[in-house]
Amino acid sequence: MPTQKTIAATGNTVVAEAMRQCAPDMMAAYPITPQTTIVEEFAGFVAKGRVHTEYITVESEHSAMSACVGASAAGARVMTATSSQGLALMWEELHIASGMRLPIVMANANRALSAPINIHCDHSDIMGARDTGWITLFAETAQEAYDNTIMAIRIAEHPDVLLPTMSCLDGFITTHSIDRVCIMDDESVAGFVGEYTPQNALLDIENPVTHGSFAGLGGPFFEFKKSQRMAIERSRAVINEVGAEFSELSGRPFGMVETWGMEDADVAVVVIGSTAGNVRHVARRMRESGIKAGVVKIRCFRPFPYAELAEALSGVKAVAVMDRAESFGAEGGPLFLEVRSALYDAAERVPVINYIYGLGGSDVRLELIETVLNDLSEIAVGAQAPTGLVYLGSR
Amino acid sequence: MSKWDISGLNEWKSDEFPLGAVIPESGNSRDYVTGGWRSQRPERNDATCTQCLICWIMCPDSAVNTEDEKVTTFNLRHCKGCGVCANQCPVDAITMVPEGCDLPEVK
Ligand code: SF4
Ligand code: SF4
Repeated sequence: MPTQKTIAATGNTVVAEAMRQCAPDMMAAYPITPQTTIVEEFAGFVAKGRVHTEYITVESEHSAMSACVGASAAGARVMTATSSQGLALMWEELHIASGMRLPIVMANANRALSAPINIHCDHSDIMGARDTGWITLFAETAQEAYDNTIMAIRIAEHPDVLLPTMSCLDGFITTHSIDRVCIMDDESVAGFVGEYTPQNALLDIENPVTHGSFAGLGGPFFEFKKSQRMAIERSRAVINEVGAEFSELSGRPFGMVETWGMEDADVAVVVIGSTAGNVRHVARRMRESGIKAGVVKIRCFRPFPYAELAEALSGVKAVAVMDRAESFGAEGGPLFLEVRSALYDAAERVPVINYIYGLGGSDVRLELIETVLNDLSEIAVGAQAPTGLVYLGSR
Repeated sequence: MSKWDISGLNEWKSDEFPLGAVIPESGNSRDYVTGGWRSQRPERNDATCTQCLICWIMCPDSAVNTEDEKVTTFNLRHCKGCGVCANQCPVDAITMVPEGCDLPEVK
C-alpha cells in the first residue's frame, strides 16, 4: 500500500504535484489565469531537478498544443495545462491530438470565455471543446483533481484507448482554495502509471513511420472518425478499471457517476464540479425537513455515462440539471441535453428542469440551491414545472 | 523493409487502418505522383548553369536529378512547377515555361 500524507494545498499545487509524480518526458505550456500556478510550480520542479521533463516555453496556447502534438508523435509522455481562452486558442490542435490518437494529458482550469472579460469559473471553455474527441474528467475537489490527473495518464495511454485526456478543475474555487489533500508517495504513483511505451514513435528510427497523412476526397477519413468513436466507447471499460484499481490503491472512491442519497430519493440534482459539495450540503439539510433529495455528480463527461446516469435516476419524480455553461439557442445547457437524452428510454418520463448557474463565477449561494430543491419537491407532487430553462439567481 | 501492402485499402474496415492515420513506412511520397499539378515546368540552360547545386538543395520536392554531383534533368513525375529553383538560381539558368501548348513537343 502507498504511504500517503495529508497536506493543505490548492488544487493547482496538487495537480502540479501529480504531474511531477507522473514524470512526463515533455511539457509545453503557456500561463493563463487561473491555471498559471500549475505550470509555474511545475517549471519550479524542472528548475530544481525534481523532475526530468523537457519544459518548452511557447508564445501561445496554439503553439503549446502544437508542440505537445509533435512531442507525443515523437514518442514522449506529454502533459500540459490551460484554461478558458487558452483552451479556445488550442481548438484546432485538440482535434489533431485526438485524430492522431496521441495520449496527451492536460489539466484545464475551468473559466469563462470573453466577452465581457471575465477570469472566473464556469464550464464554457470545456463545453466548447466537448466534441474535440478528448476524454474529459471533472473534479469536485483538489483531491479529485489530483486523483483524476494521475488516472488520466493510465486511461489515455491504455492500448485500447490512446486518446488525449483532460482533467478539469473549477477555476479559483478548486484551483486556488486551500483544501485537505492526501498525496501518495512518488514510488506508488510511478508504479501505478508505469512506463509509457509509445506506438509509432517518430524517434524510433528502426521503424520509420509517417505522421500527419492525408485522407481527403475518397480517402478513409470517415473510417478514421469511426475508429475514434470505437476507441472512446472502449474507454468506458478502461476508465472504470483504472478507477477501481486507483480506488484500491488510494482508498478513495471513483465512479464516472457518483451518487449521494439516491437509494430512496424522490428528487435529484445532477451537477458537475465544485458545486456538487454545496448541493450535497443543502440536500442533507432538506432531508431533515422531510424532502428526500439525492445528488448525482458527473465525474466523467466524455465519454458520457448514459447508462449509469439513467440507472442512478430511475425512480425519482423530478430532476434538476445544473449547467455552468450556456448553449445559446439550444433547449438547455450542455449537461441538460445529455441528461435528458439519457432519460429518453426510461420507462417513466419525469420532469427534467434545467438551471443555468454560476456563469463567470457568479456566486452560487446555498439559498439558491435550496430554491432548486424546493421547486423540485413541489414539481414531484404535481406542481407545474417551469417552461424553458431557469437562470438561477439572475436579475 | 518490405513495402506497406495497401492493395485491399478500399475494403478495409475502420479498425484495420493504422492508428491515427499513421503510414507505417517512410519515404513513400515517391509513390505519389504530383507532376500532374504543374502548370509550368523548369528548363535549365546548360550553357549558363555553373553547377552550384542551389536548385538541388532548394527544391521542396527533391525533383532536381543529379549524376556525379551535377544537375542533369528534372524529375517531372514529381516537380510541381513551383518555380523555387528558377527563383533561387544565382545565374538565372532556369526558366519556367508554361506547361502545354508552347512546349516544343506540343508544337
Ligand atoms: S541553381 Fe542554377 S546554376 Fe546552380 S546548379 Fe541549379 S541551374 Fe545550375
Ligand atoms: S519547379 Fe519547384 S518542384 Fe519543380 S524542380 Fe523547380 S523547385 Fe523543384
